[in-house]
Amino acid sequence: MKKYFQPEIETAPREKILEIQNEKIVRQVKHVWDNVPYYRHLMEKQGVTPDDIKSVDDIKKLPFLSKADLRDSYPYGMLGADLKDCVRIHSTSGTTGKRVVAFYTQHDLDLWSDCTARAIVAAGGSEEDVVQVCYGYGLFTGGSGLHDGAHKVGCLTLPMSSGNTERQIQFMMDLESTILCCTPSYAAYIGEALKEQGFQPEDNKLKAGIFGAEPWTEEMRQEIEKSLGIKAYDIYGLTETSGPGVAYECEEQKGMHINEDHFYAEIIDPDTGEVLPEGSVGELVFTSLDKEAFPLLRYRTRDLCVLNRTPCSCGRTHVRMAKPMGRSDDMLIIRGVNVFPSQIETVLLNEGYTPNYQIVLDRERNTDTFDVYVEVAPDQFSDLMSQIQKMEKSLESALRTMLGISPKVHLVAPKTITRSEGKAVRVIDKRKLH
Amino acid sequence: MAITQLSVFLMNQPGALVDAIKAISDANINIRALSIAEANDFGILRIIVSDSDAVCKLLGDQYLFSRTEVVAAKMGDRSGALYPILVVLNEANINIEYMYAFTGSGPEEAYVVFRVNDVKTAEEVLNANGIATLSDDNLKI
Repeated sequence: MKKYFQPEIETAPREKILEIQNEKIVRQVKHVWDNVPYYRHLMEKQGVTPDDIKSVDDIKKLPFLSKADLRDSYPYGMLGADLKDCVRIHSTSGTTGKRVVAFYTQHDLDLWSDCTARAIVAAGGSEEDVVQVCYGYGLFTGGSGLHDGAHKVGCLTLPMSSGNTERQIQFMMDLESTILCCTPSYAAYIGEALKEQGFQPEDNKLKAGIFGAEPWTEEMRQEIEKSLGIKAYDIYGLTETSGPGVAYECEEQKGMHINEDHFYAEIIDPDTGEVLPEGSVGELVFTSLDKEAFPLLRYRTRDLCVLNRTPCSCGRTHVRMAKPMGRSDDMLIIRGVNVFPSQIETVLLNEGYTPNYQIVLDRERNTDTFDVYVEVAPDQFSDLMSQIQKMEKSLESALRTMLGISPKVHLVAPKTITRSEGKAVRVIDKRKLH
Repeated sequence: MAITQLSVFLMNQPGALVDAIKAISDANINIRALSIAEANDFGILRIIVSDSDAVCKLLGDQYLFSRTEVVAAKMGDRSGALYPILVVLNEANINIEYMYAFTGSGPEEAYVVFRVNDVKTAEEVLNANGIATLSDDNLKI
């Protein structure tokens, strides 16, 4: 069985990786300068030209990109290729005002699927395997990312998409899936559903799972591994950099190897933007080294993270990133979906509520619970219970439309939402994910 | 001549009701009738009091509440008394959202409170059929 998908790159000596990166960054900065006026303008403002970038050491001279830049430049402002050469888009789970549309050329899809193929092989995958992909397909990168990687490895690929657990289990058992790809919470859910149906962990043919798109803990990993009888591997990525597969775990399960031949990682101080020394916790920043259509340089992920350059016993030489330890902004990841408290505020104001609310997050049976407490405004109050319940339902549906996931809305009396030092506590996260 | 019901939004948790009632009790105002509708997180306290204006002042901006017009029909405190009232309302195609009842001071005196979709018509048809209805003035005891 193959241990690596692309051994010559995955186990390349550090000097070789650096050589590849240095060569690619010079070309990439030139490509962006020539094709992305938005970023060229940022470079000009900072007084940097492609001539200043001779190696990855010079990346720190380049301006940062943030989510706000991607919004400002929506939809075509970051496009680095002719549209006729683009073959696909994906989009973030964010919603109105927050949506990011990423473009891909065939070259971009190929390098992305190389990344996910490496992750699948690292999880023990080969052409002998049956890969059940129950990440969502569509605009979300999860489904097609793992799907294309599984194709590249030569696995039999089950394009299940998310949901319909009955059917997932039926295919898993009947077609003897060996590798499961989904969010960790859905994996845990499938584990429980199997148990409820009377299956033992050894009844399925699964041997590994590749789980990502939301934060999860070591305890959750152990629980999933036990309930499904598998080894559970973490995978990391974001739409802005292509999707899952920017980094992935090997059999060591101690941090995710970043595909450094395609993505250059930095850890910065989120307040000053300064690059932090090796081993510091800070915000993870990615520079894509060879993407054509959506070539983001120094994109601030807002994930707080630490890099580990000590050699890994798996033989891979690429740097490892720890599970993100939190966020440097207020974004919440709920059931794999990115949620900003400001989005909830927008809906409340649109629906005639006061912006007094509180989000309470917890985990029950390894699935996120998402409760929103909202103070009722005087002009919305009715003596009729049916009216109030209708309001609750209608607010739930407006939030679902905005966020893409359903919260449970609880209407509460005015002035009952806890305020600390005069300022309302907007988010209570009891999930203990980090 | 409908009567005024006060509808108060309360959290469905210990202490919520006692606090609200304390305010009314301290002010020496008589609660003539009371009912509570409950949901998971909250409830709606519906009360008919001897002086609704005074209670509104007490609740002030401490509580979320509204004044609701309801119909209080007088009936005998005996079996079979409610039925003809409902027949009258039904024939007039009045929809009852909710209802509750209280007894008066006399032995033959009970009242049934209706929250209906059309207060004016409800009162008219009840009165036309010889069924008396209360006004706020009648509550001041």
